[in-house]
Amino acid sequence: MEEKYFLKNKDNPESKNIDFYVKNGGYKAWESVLEGKSPDEVIGEVKKSGLRGRGGAGFPAGMKWSFVPKDSDRPKYLICNADESEPGTFKDRYIIEREPHMMLEGIAIASFAINCHQAYIYIRGEFVYGAKVLDEAIAEAEARGCLGKNIMGTGYDLDIAVHRGAGAYICGEETGQIESLEGKRGWPRLKPPFPAVVGVFNSPTVVNNVETLANLPLIFNRGADYFAGIGPNAKNTGPKLYCVSGHVKRPGLYEFPLGKNLNELIYEDCGGIRDGHELKAVIPGGSSVPVLRPEEIDVSMDYDSLAAIGSMLGSAGAIVMDDTTCLVDSLLNLEQFYAHESCGQCTPCREGTMWMVKILSRIEKGQGRMEDMDLLDDVAKNINFRTICPLGDAAAMPAMSFIDKFRDEFEEHIKQGGCPIQKDKSIKVPNADA
Amino acid sequence: MAIEFSEEAQKEYEEICKHYPDKDATLLPALHLAKREFKTATPEVMEYIASLVGVDPIKVLNVASFYTWYPKEKEGKYVIQVCSTLSCSLMGAETVVDYIEKKLDIKAGETTADGKFTLKKVECLGSCGTAPVMQINDDYFESLTEGKVDQILDDLK
Ligand SMILES: Cc1cc2nc3c(=O)[nH]c(=O)nc-3n(C[C@H](O)[C@H](O)[C@H](O)COP(=O)(O)O)c2cc1C
Ligand code: FES
Repeated sequence: MEEKYFLKNKDNPESKNIDFYVKNGGYKAWESVLEGKSPDEVIGEVKKSGLRGRGGAGFPAGMKWSFVPKDSDRPKYLICNADESEPGTFKDRYIIEREPHMMLEGIAIASFAINCHQAYIYIRGEFVYGAKVLDEAIAEAEARGCLGKNIMGTGYDLDIAVHRGAGAYICGEETGQIESLEGKRGWPRLKPPFPAVVGVFNSPTVVNNVETLANLPLIFNRGADYFAGIGPNAKNTGPKLYCVSGHVKRPGLYEFPLGKNLNELIYEDCGGIRDGHELKAVIPGGSSVPVLRPEEIDVSMDYDSLAAIGSMLGSAGAIVMDDTTCLVDSLLNLEQFYAHESCGQCTPCREGTMWMVKILSRIEKGQGRMEDMDLLDDVAKNINFRTICPLGDAAAMPAMSFIDKFRDEFEEHIKQGGCPIQKDKSIKVPNADA
Repeated sequence: MAIEFSEEAQKEYEEICKHYPDKDATLLPALHLAKREFKTATPEVMEYIASLVGVDPIKVLNVASFYTWYPKEKEGKYVIQVCSTLSCSLMGAETVVDYIEKKLDIKAGETTADGKFTLKKVECLGSCGTAPVMQINDDYFESLTEGKVDQILDDLK
């Protein structure tokens, strides 16, 4: 698939306007759904397309929708997760700012599938511009009769509201997000019940990522079979946005079918590692997934291939580190993030992340002891799978994998009583002249 | 009551209420408006929001204190938030922070004596491909260099 879907209008600032969108076939998919399909047919098509969630866990979208009880007389809600807060991830921001109607059309189709008349876009507070673009896009779509009351004369109503977050990573987690939307602290809920049964306002709720939903117009314009034909196999289908950050020559946002080879992405599309340096490590799917060594990166970036080598596709945010990177320092940086963002409900995560920060700080400063290696591993293992939400796992996985794969470097810090790496903290802006 | 939303903000708040079946859910949106209107989440502001939303003041405090977006103390006219998470750190975020600290003669977490700038280190801003990144009030500034920082800060009146 050379044809781009998300990035086809990359160089055209008009792409966010409804005139442009409609002129290029926009809202046709929504119209065809509204006029000719039943909710069950929509769910069936999405199942057939193989679309899996792009927010991190890769759960099949059609299946998630089918869990919403049809006999419930409570209203149904859809939340589009636009919190985009996983370090290394910057794909949803592009869709929000540049293709807002693709996203709204997707929200509309998903809402119809679960019989929802009130949808929310939960957008991180920092995306002030993005929230403004969405507000304007919603107003445009309502003015054209694509959203709002009695849409396209079919009697179907759908209100979409932009709900701004307020600077908490945990509100990206779906049940934390639901609590936050209800006007509470973003404290994740125990599951079950799953949101599809009891979500926001005590009602059945579907939470889907921005990119997941933005795929829907493609599925209903070109057909489930077309979509299913994109990607390496029937379980990994559709176009995908890949975020690459760190020490490559051309960091940025890329689009390929699911299953892009990571080695190729780094060395061909991103131009390789910056001159004079070598690759040391890659975190392939956002900061929460296990790290890879250079010899492991000849891998297909899809859900199952990355899982097969013990990592995850996650949010497809590849963070590339070269030989000037101290991995103790990098892990410390990440654990500081998780310690700060732990919501504090569960003891293993609240206390464990803090202890990991303490241990890593002393190793980095040259005050570590050899026992610290096992201690760190033990703390991480005692967080993993022992918390209400997967933030605990997200904090534990980097630690366990860094220790497992780069133990030598940690031990060298301890033996030498200091950091052995020639760190390069200078400002590096590869595209400064662009 | 001593403080109140402007008429415009009150209208906006009424519009917001229409989207929610439960008024409690308007607490975060109300706090966003409060930040725009009053800048700081003082006890007085929180009491006002409580009466507006129809919840106890303690709930507003409890919720507002969970989120980093609502400042509890007075901040500078321009709040500079430099991302310090991994991707930005790899591209030189620490150097950016050091540079701004020297330039403004304050440490991260502080406000300049004239009340113009507050400098903060924050976590991933979702813009890692154009690191290093900072946000000043509502706006993002990406692919930062020392020269760019000079230009941006010097342009702020
Ligand atoms: C700590 C944590 C943070 C998360 N942050 C996000 C996020 O910023 N955006 C997102 O779409 N999903 C995030 N997720 C995943 C959501 O919980 C949820 O699985 C996802 O939004 C479902 O959408 P999908 O099925 O379309 O992928 C996060 C999960 C965890 C545990
Ligand atoms: S790490 Fe700085 S924007 Fe993501």
